[in-house]
Amino acid sequence: MATKTQTTLSKDALDMAADTQKPRQLKYVWDFQDRIFRGVMRSAGSSVLVIMALVGLFLTLRATEALGTVGFSFFTTQAWEPDSGNFGIAAVIAGTVIIAIIAIVVAVPFSLGTALYISEYAPRRIKRALITMVDLMAAIPSVVFGLWGFFFLQNEVTPVAKWLSQNFGWIPFLSVQGSDPSDPLTSNTVFTSSSLIAGIVVGLMITPIVTSVMREVFSQAPIGEREAALGLGSTRWGMVKNVVLSFGKGGIIGATMLGLGRALGETIAVYMIISPVFVVQPRILENGANSVSSLIALRYGEATQMGMSALMAAGLALFIMTLIVNFAASSIVARSRSGASS
Amino acid sequence: MTTQNIIEEQKRQLHGIRIRDLLTTLTAAASAIAATGFLFSIAPLSGVLSFVLIAYILFIVFFALITAIDDDREGVKDRVASVIIRSAAVIIFSALVFIVVFTISRGFEALPYLNFFTEDMSLAGPLDPLSSGGILHSIMGSLIQIAIALAITIPLGLITAVFLNEIPGKYSRFVRTMVEAMTALPSIVAGLFIYATAILLLGVQKSGFAAALAISVMMLPIMIRASDVVLRIVPGTLKEASLGLGAGAWRTAWMVTLPTARSGLTTAIILATARGIGETSPVLLTSGFTASMNLNPTEGPMVSLPLAIFQFVKSPEPTMIARGFGTAAVLMFLVLILFMLARILGSDKNVFGNLAKNIKKLTKKKVAK
Repeated sequence: MATKTQTTLSKDALDMAADTQKPRQLKYVWDFQDRIFRGVMRSAGSSVLVIMALVGLFLTLRATEALGTVGFSFFTTQAWEPDSGNFGIAAVIAGTVIIAIIAIVVAVPFSLGTALYISEYAPRRIKRALITMVDLMAAIPSVVFGLWGFFFLQNEVTPVAKWLSQNFGWIPFLSVQGSDPSDPLTSNTVFTSSSLIAGIVVGLMITPIVTSVMREVFSQAPIGEREAALGLGSTRWGMVKNVVLSFGKGGIIGATMLGLGRALGETIAVYMIISPVFVVQPRILENGANSVSSLIALRYGEATQMGMSALMAAGLALFIMTLIVNFAASSIVARSRSGASS
Repeated sequence: MTTQNIIEEQKRQLHGIRIRDLLTTLTAAASAIAATGFLFSIAPLSGVLSFVLIAYILFIVFFALITAIDDDREGVKDRVASVIIRSAAVIIFSALVFIVVFTISRGFEALPYLNFFTEDMSLAGPLDPLSSGGILHSIMGSLIQIAIALAITIPLGLITAVFLNEIPGKYSRFVRTMVEAMTALPSIVAGLFIYATAILLLGVQKSGFAAALAISVMMLPIMIRASDVVLRIVPGTLKEASLGLGAGAWRTAWMVTLPTARSGLTTAIILATARGIGETSPVLLTSGFTASMNLNPTEGPMVSLPLAIFQFVKSPEPTMIARGFGTAAVLMFLVLILFMLARILGSDKNVFGNLAKNIKKLTKKKVAK
């Protein structure tokens, strides 16, 4: 009995103590200066959202005229004759995707190798310099890449393309129309300005961004697991394969898609190299290719009102495509074990 | 005692290059080149690139074979993987160096002419020799456009970066995602956007100002991301100290956060500038083209360096192409200089040096008071 009272008592006491010890309500009053500052910060932050929303809005607004005219056939028509109402993005979207895929095929192995070299193999003292060089490569203007591709790479790739078409012409996408595979003296012009050359140049352009994302992910691979692998007698490659690469799997996929997003939007370098065609052209070694962005660069000057609207519609399609690819990429990177980088 | 000597274990070599590796690599390379040379002499093959490709494949095969003589399977895999990874890096870095060197060396045809830097192209036709006409108009155009773009993006970009760090939460996380999406905005779409809004809707002429707006759209996300990363490493203790002393959010940001990160922010600004100055496609749609000097950004077309390159090499005339390469060399020099500046200002030593200096300054002030 006595003990019971005691407990109730102490409970009361505890309650009282809790009453008095309830944390004080802290009321923070922002002073005038800070209120303005926070407002300014918020609106600056919103500016990015506003710009992105406006991009989507205005492209849609300007595109309605063209989309209203042709309707769904905008996605299935290959020709581009806006003034006679016969236009669509089937050919240019296909061309864009082909060039982007070639770019990815070129860029990913090299980026993977370079990123692994920087994070795992390079001597510590040159690591920083290499990272800087990758950054610098990302800052080379695309017009310079275009110059290099057109005046140098084209001549070097042509014989390889010729050899490929002569020996592997039976694979549909490596075949070339207008050249006789059995004739070794066939003209080289049919191998110039192809999707392949544009794809290689774009691949080189996206290599730095892909490399730097991959490198960042690799450098986060847990040191404990690395040491465990080495301690169990693994070779360096064994460690890289089982720890670094498996840790960075999500990052590799994400970086690849990030590169894909960039490759889809590349304009000037592609424009300088390809000779535009308005049919779906899957033969990558052959003269003639196209992409959405180079279509815009090619036709904006001579465009009538309808033509401009059609170009806006094409731009909108490109915008949506890169947004989707990019969001997919960042969600893959964020969900992977390595987490979002930077 | 004797058994101990027999089972003496060998330590795995993880770092450094062994003499044996060097010899293996050289032997494999020499035999690969020789074998490829032989192949080229008997088979109908030609071209430098195909030679290099075939030689490289043979090199990997020979290298694996030689390593296999005195190494186990795992060892061979390790060596071959290391060679492939190293060569990927070598190829990418030499491609970079080659692109820069190629551009600059072909540009040297036009660079020795002093008039290349002091005249515009208004009086020089495509057939005129390199001794007349120049790119002063596009150098000035680039500088004016980038100055306007910086005037827009520095305040906007830095404040947004501060926002991302100072007011964390759902909203700022969303903004960060959108910034990331904006970095992937195709440059031609940025040009179309400014064309649709500023030129078609607001009636701005195709001019330097419109071009600067388009460049700003491209530069803004780069600047925000770069400065966001820098601001994130400002030590929280510094900010807390400032807040604890009774300073408000504004004074903390202005007097502690930003000065501490000054060198990093400078780097971010310069990197964004280096990107912005090389943008071609947004400018293509918004600035118009002219061969003569125009220093007024609000009226009339204004040409910038990348656009000038683009227009020069469209011409089949060798002199115009030489001018294009000369302009590209100037542009590359500009980007390289900006980059070196960024690295010197933003090197690790500098960040921490600056940090230490700031702390010292702050403590000194307090002591003086």
